[in-house]
Amino acid sequence: MGATTAHTEGHAHHAHHHEESFISKYIFSQDHKMIGKQFLVSAIFMAWVAVIMSILFRLQLAWPGEGFAFTNFFLGDKWAPGGVLDPNMYLALVTIHGTIMVFFVLTGGLSGTFSNLLIPLQIGARDMASGFINMLSYWFFFLSSMVMLASLFVEGGPASSGWTVYPPLSALPQTIPGSGAGMTLWLVSMTLFIASSLMGGLNYVATILNLRTKGMKMTRLPLTVWAFFVTAVLGILSFPVLLSAALLLLMDRTMGTSFYLSEIHVAGEALDHVGGSPVLYQHLFWFLGHPEVYIVLLPALGITSEIISTNARKPIFGYRAMIGSILAIGFLSFIVWGHHMFVTGMNPFLGSVFVATTLLIAIPSAVKVFNYITTLWRGNIIFTPAMLFSIGLVATFIAGGLTGIILADSALDINVHDTYFVVAHFHIVMGMSAIFGMFAGVYHWFPKMYGRMMNTKLGYAHFWLTFVCAFGVFFPMHFVGLAGAPRRYYSYTEFTMFDGVMDLNVLITVFAIIGALAQIIFTYNFFYSIKRGPKAVQNPWKSNTLEWTTPVEHIHGNWPGPLPVVHRWPYDYSKPGKAEDWVSQITPLEHDEEEH
Amino acid sequence: MMKLLILLVVVLGAVAIAQLARVYELTSRLRNKREEDISPADNRMNGRLMWLFLVAYFAFFAWLVMAYGDKMLPVAASEHGVETDQLMDFNWVILIIAFVLTNVLLFVFAGKYIHSTERRAMWQPHNNRLELIWTVVPAAVLAVIIIMGLNSWNRITGPAGPEAVQVELYAKQFDWTARYPGADGVLGATDFRLINGTNPLGIVTSGSIAQRMDELSVQIAEMDSVLANTIMADGKRDELSAQVERLRRTQARIINLRTVMELDIKEKGDASQYLHGADDIVTKDFYLPVRREAKVLIRSRDVIHSAYIPHLRSQMNAVPGITTTMKMVPTITTDSMRTHVMNDEAFDFVLLCNKICGASHYNMQMPLTVTNATDFDAWMAEQMKKPFEAPATPAAPAPAEPAAVDSAAAVSATAQASVLPN
Repeated sequence: MGATTAHTEGHAHHAHHHEESFISKYIFSQDHKMIGKQFLVSAIFMAWVAVIMSILFRLQLAWPGEGFAFTNFFLGDKWAPGGVLDPNMYLALVTIHGTIMVFFVLTGGLSGTFSNLLIPLQIGARDMASGFINMLSYWFFFLSSMVMLASLFVEGGPASSGWTVYPPLSALPQTIPGSGAGMTLWLVSMTLFIASSLMGGLNYVATILNLRTKGMKMTRLPLTVWAFFVTAVLGILSFPVLLSAALLLLMDRTMGTSFYLSEIHVAGEALDHVGGSPVLYQHLFWFLGHPEVYIVLLPALGITSEIISTNARKPIFGYRAMIGSILAIGFLSFIVWGHHMFVTGMNPFLGSVFVATTLLIAIPSAVKVFNYITTLWRGNIIFTPAMLFSIGLVATFIAGGLTGIILADSALDINVHDTYFVVAHFHIVMGMSAIFGMFAGVYHWFPKMYGRMMNTKLGYAHFWLTFVCAFGVFFPMHFVGLAGAPRRYYSYTEFTMFDGVMDLNVLITVFAIIGALAQIIFTYNFFYSIKRGPKAVQNPWKSNTLEWTTPVEHIHGNWPGPLPVVHRWPYDYSKPGKAEDWVSQITPLEHDEEEH
Repeated sequence: MMKLLILLVVVLGAVAIAQLARVYELTSRLRNKREEDISPADNRMNGRLMWLFLVAYFAFFAWLVMAYGDKMLPVAASEHGVETDQLMDFNWVILIIAFVLTNVLLFVFAGKYIHSTERRAMWQPHNNRLELIWTVVPAAVLAVIIIMGLNSWNRITGPAGPEAVQVELYAKQFDWTARYPGADGVLGATDFRLINGTNPLGIVTSGSIAQRMDELSVQIAEMDSVLANTIMADGKRDELSAQVERLRRTQARIINLRTVMELDIKEKGDASQYLHGADDIVTKDFYLPVRREAKVLIRSRDVIHSAYIPHLRSQMNAVPGITTTMKMVPTITTDSMRTHVMNDEAFDFVLLCNKICGASHYNMQMPLTVTNATDFDAWMAEQMKKPFEAPATPAAPAPAEPAAVDSAAAVSATAQASVLPN
């Protein structure tokens, strides 16, 4: 331990002698704090692209067949003649919306931002284990984003087979135009993205395991770091499987292999492919796909633990249970993927196994919710915008988690699979819980990122508008789904059976438009405050964790002198016998004091 | 006009908010207030809003249930559907109790324990007994849910009985076709290489094989001629050549299919599926008898589709290269639905596609008619007059379908008679 510290110290001194140019400071930075900000700004941009896409297809769903100047403005006459969305482009929009939100915003923007920013700061390290690989992980992410955006402009349109891109639809350009060049670019983009995630994940794990400062035992780590740690492990183990799925798909598309294809007659001819199975792709995809949604969710849960504890001035209730539940969720997330495949024709017995494991994962999730609520009980609550979003996360996690129980039950899933019931469920847990975690994190750590404060009143307006509108969008979707309305449908005008719930589509779209506009408040607040926000103090939230012991102005190596030494866990809030209602982790124990 | 006004309101609203923020910022600077110091007034306001939100949230939920509760699916029209609807209701009871309990605690606490300098938060870092209770109780409840769910699942996915009505649903971009086994009660074998205009499902009979071979030979000959006699760009030539090669390979594999067929017939005799295709009924009408088990086999020609019949609570993917199955027992006829359940003479059960399959995914449907036994038998008798291949009896009038001689002995003769490519 001592040797490691000395070694790290030596490195830090080397780093200080480094002459910095604009390029090495802002562009190809190897400083984790700058890389975290790069991920964040990129994610905000990508999120706006995906939000605008969602408005485009929501307009079609609420007012099918009506032309909108808004639509024609973005898509032109080819994809929106007379302002009416083309059915192929509708599918392309839902595909790219999903891809951007799940991967670029909620994985890159959550893990990429906060794991990078907080891991070294909260464990007391100078920087990540490898600053160079960290830099590469951002630039691969950037490249991946550029390729994905480029795919929007190819002649046949971007990938259009849903964000899950199941073959044969995604393998055969003859079946849908987006499966031509658009799909190839999607695969290239995802390959780069996976490389970025792996590089990041390996860095995070190596750093957390090896570079904790003196006294920072694993059981003194803030729950954010535990969450980022398990998230990184999940990513390292599951992203390579997506890469294999993508490579096999690439081979089926370009080299005549038959991994996923068999006995297909399309565009007037029988294809050569024989012997493959589309179900294989689904297994490989969802082997990543399920851990992926926990990769999205766990960082948000970790962030919430931190923020609720700090702003309730109370230790997070059940710290060890929280660690246990993060580990349990992480482990179980690997053995539930088949619940996406109950109606694929796979062996029903296999289906039963996945029912059991999936319902089990509800237990640690419930434990977390109960612990958050109990942390609030008899707390001393301060409503910063970050705290509002964290409480909001708990509310949305309750709603989304409970509908997961219906979906996990295969007998019930038969009638709701691929309907709007599923769309409601995953948007509530990802498009609400996870994104709320991201917002909370930005509001809370903005002073650490930029040395300034975001505007609180605008934060309140942003929260309440978003909270109300998001529920307004996703809650009614449950009813649309229970009426049997399938997802990825361009319109419902060809049926009468859904007429009773179609005005819900209008309600949803109206809330979506207002909710999207509300994000302007956040975007304005964020960018304005970077330059013109009031200057922050070192520890504005009176928080115990190590990141608040660094100077407001960033320096390489984080601490100007020696690394901090840790004497206690991070949750000594309102500890009896203490003068203040907070005690920093670096404060040594008093004579008669017991560590929790 | 309305849209312009809305846009104007929105833009002005945004500008107003931005200006208010600036005013607020300047005044706080004057008052020496730090941004991170949340005033008691602000804390109280947000606390009250938390309580208000809880009321509005539950009210919204209640309104949705009242306004749309009866606009979703009507009573299930299948045996297993009735069971899963009950299971669903049971689940909802448990979930809503959990929903109400946790949300009430969350929002009430959030609004109640507002910050005060007069007191400190309670020091309670953990309580292992509480953790145990709220781990074990959900686990027990979930165990019950798992057991009940899997019981239903096993019943739903078990094999169909021998007396079940068999029907195949064939999916392609962008429609469904139904196939019934015909008089012999057995669905014939299929091969995708035999698919053409007169044989959209690729049913195998010696006749369909012969007809397809002839068709391919003609196509190949034509394309060879074009390649030999036309000047064209290299790219185009490569594309055409590749196409011709694919057609040749298809022919070669159909010859292989013939051998496979012969061997299968030799081994299984009349039980071979290759002998049962001719009388299959290929139709755009999907009929099922009420109160009789139906075994539905599902195939796809091109991409994954899904056979979803919401009123029967049935769904199963259609996967190219695999035949999937689902079974159900319809319990309400279409007439009953029209008269007694929906009060709508235009009602039809509908089969829709429920797996993204391309541009017209949203309009890939087929009506399902459920009738009583008598009507179903009558309908089936009518259908049996139009089999896939009319039987070649000397007294019968010339069949509409391509000529077929349908006996095991004649198979090899027919095979030799058709044109064999090099």
